[in-house]
Amino acid sequence: MNRPRLMAFAVAAALGLSNSAFAVSDQELKDLREQVRQMKLEYEKRIEALERRLQQAEQAAGKAEAAAGKAQETAVQAAVQASSRPVAENALNPGVSLVLNSVYANLSRDPRGFRIDGFVPTMGEIGPPVRGLSLGESELVFAANIDPYFRGTLIASVSPDTNGAEIEEGYIQTLSLSNGFTIKAGRFFSGVGYLNQMHAHAWNFADAPLANKVFLGDRLAEDGVQFRWIAPTDLYVDVGLELGRGRKFPGGPDGGRNKNGFGSGVLFAHIGGDIGTGTAWQAGISYLSTSPRDRRFDDPDSTGTNVTNSYNGRSRLWALDGILKWAPNRNPTTTNFKLQGEYFRRREDGDLTYDTLAQSLGTQTGAFASRQSGWYLQGVYQFVRRWRAGYRYDRLNAGTTELGLVASGALAAADFPILSAYNPTRHTVMADWSPSEFSRIRLQFARDKSRLGATDNQVLLQYIMSLGAHGADKF
Amino acid sequence: MKTIIKLLLVLAFSMLSWPVSAALRVFACEPEWAALAQELAGDRVSVYSATTAMQDADRIEARPSLIARVRSADLLICTGSQMEIGWIQPGSPGYFEASRFVAKLEVPSVVDRSLGDIHPAGNPHIHTDPRNIAKVAEALTQRLAQIDPENADAYRARGKSFLERWRSAIEKWERQAAPLKGMPIVEHHRAFVYLVAWLGLKEVGTLEPIPGIPPTPSHLAGLVEAMRRQPAKAIVYSTYNDPKAAAFLSERTKIPAVMLPYSVGGTDKAKDLYGFFDDLIGRLLGVVK
Repeated sequence: MNRPRLMAFAVAAALGLSNSAFAVSDQELKDLREQVRQMKLEYEKRIEALERRLQQAEQAAGKAEAAAGKAQETAVQAAVQASSRPVAENALNPGVSLVLNSVYANLSRDPRGFRIDGFVPTMGEIGPPVRGLSLGESELVFAANIDPYFRGTLIASVSPDTNGAEIEEGYIQTLSLSNGFTIKAGRFFSGVGYLNQMHAHAWNFADAPLANKVFLGDRLAEDGVQFRWIAPTDLYVDVGLELGRGRKFPGGPDGGRNKNGFGSGVLFAHIGGDIGTGTAWQAGISYLSTSPRDRRFDDPDSTGTNVTNSYNGRSRLWALDGILKWAPNRNPTTTNFKLQGEYFRRREDGDLTYDTLAQSLGTQTGAFASRQSGWYLQGVYQFVRRWRAGYRYDRLNAGTTELGLVASGALAAADFPILSAYNPTRHTVMADWSPSEFSRIRLQFARDKSRLGATDNQVLLQYIMSLGAHGADKF
Repeated sequence: MKTIIKLLLVLAFSMLSWPVSAALRVFACEPEWAALAQELAGDRVSVYSATTAMQDADRIEARPSLIARVRSADLLICTGSQMEIGWIQPGSPGYFEASRFVAKLEVPSVVDRSLGDIHPAGNPHIHTDPRNIAKVAEALTQRLAQIDPENADAYRARGKSFLERWRSAIEKWERQAAPLKGMPIVEHHRAFVYLVAWLGLKEVGTLEPIPGIPPTPSHLAGLVEAMRRQPAKAIVYSTYNDPKAAAFLSERTKIPAVMLPYSVGGTDKAKDLYGFFDDLIGRLLGVVK
């Protein structure tokens, strides 16, 4: 019970009694002492009163505890009423997460001259990163349920240099449609193929397969609507339809067609299930149809002039994909294996206009027809907790590209060097280390034969780290 | 193109498995809730357990068959408290979050990932205390009665009888486990915190340096040292843990390593909820005797 004394001391100190610089008369000192004594008494009384109240409260609490036992049964009843409401993410703020990545690149060929020969350039960001150290695009994700009916997601990628922020995905999605229907609207990664829907941080290699680069411009993100239906079967079956503007390759690199209605359409279907107690699989088929208008690409012609060519016509892409995941007893913590492959086949029929800006041999238009394909197959094995190793093989088949202007003799094949019949290949190996679910450091080596007559040996060392809310992962 | 779509539709419809009986379709995120639903509803429900006791409940990966099962489920029973955050979106209709009905332990005052894989809403491994099972059983009985009102009385009767049997089983387990009171143990992951609290065990360390981070040599060396000063009676790990770390510590300290079923189905004896607790206590008593 030394609190009153402490209090008295504090009061005394506050009054400046300890300060000898003040000349204090006896009478004043007496008065002060009397004041302090009375304060002390008063505080002691107050503390006694408080202690009494505390005792009473403790007794009451004891009774309350007994009552609480009985109340618990009622509370469970009340909780049942409230239980249909899920736990909110960050109270009512959207869940926010951030993905940081950075890469060191050692490339035997100049990345500024990167091209994939045999295929129409997509004008997308398909090349390897710059040589040396560079910060990758940082990804910022906001997501939350809007109300019982909708969920909203915004994923922005912030470019480290001057390009600013770009909306990768920004969409709303229905939550409570019955019978297995979901509708997504806004900008979203198209359901064509398998890897296209996954964000780069979830990829098993540092870059996209060559097939995704030439057929989807690295990645197809469409402004549009997606309808998806899951069948009421134990085997997983879904079918979906996407209608979009055709804002990016293969629809068009210049923001899509100036057209009411839809500029591109995608149909997809998946089927998937389990095998035994350790394996899960999924297979998919998808079809993308669009009619590009004035889809431009640059290519140096036979005079060495960099001319702009333009394609008008139809573009149809088929994709098949398959995924197999294995983990002993479905417990992937220590060891697991993932096999993944996709096959793409594209037909384009239309007209190609050479040198639209009349910079070289003059603007000319002729028929264009191409049948091309490409595929990749990759396997990633986690051989011990935290460590994985993987191998990927890429192959593109330039197939046939018929140019009316060349057939008629108006121009030579050398005026369209990038459309030469060349089959690019690439071997990639990687090893990564993930100290936790949220961090990964990866070393990758690729022998890339995308360029006719030139092999690029690429060494990439990268980190990918995510912080903030934990989103749901895709299969 | 059209023929392929037709083919797919035919394929899809041919695989429709129309429910033969009018049984309620229950999707349980974890095997303990599958077992509880079976106890409470018998053959009025067809129960599917998404995971097994052999899987690390904190690291479940989504897979196509789970999406298919969730889609046609009438009731989703999950632990909640962000345990299933990587693969289940809470808020779907019919979602029942078991951990809402129990008082959670280890609710962190500071939430930061540098502290490991922590759950902001508290430790989610609530099912290792049978009193929690009773609380969830009461709530689940009411939910069953709510979504299947025709059989409401049957669920209530069955729920009542289960709770009576369960409470006497709890008394039996508490009697059996009396010698375990105050027993110091080392856990692999804090997966049995509720069991520890219920039986009055004393957890004196974990093999994981911090939650979700695998045991490191330096941390294990520290544990060996700590065990020399104040030995524990058992090193406890669960069905899905890699047993190497527990074996390492056991070998150096001569403290027995005990594998405990994480949930129903984790061991041969843990066939149902009763067998699960029988086996948990039996295996711990095996160390004391």
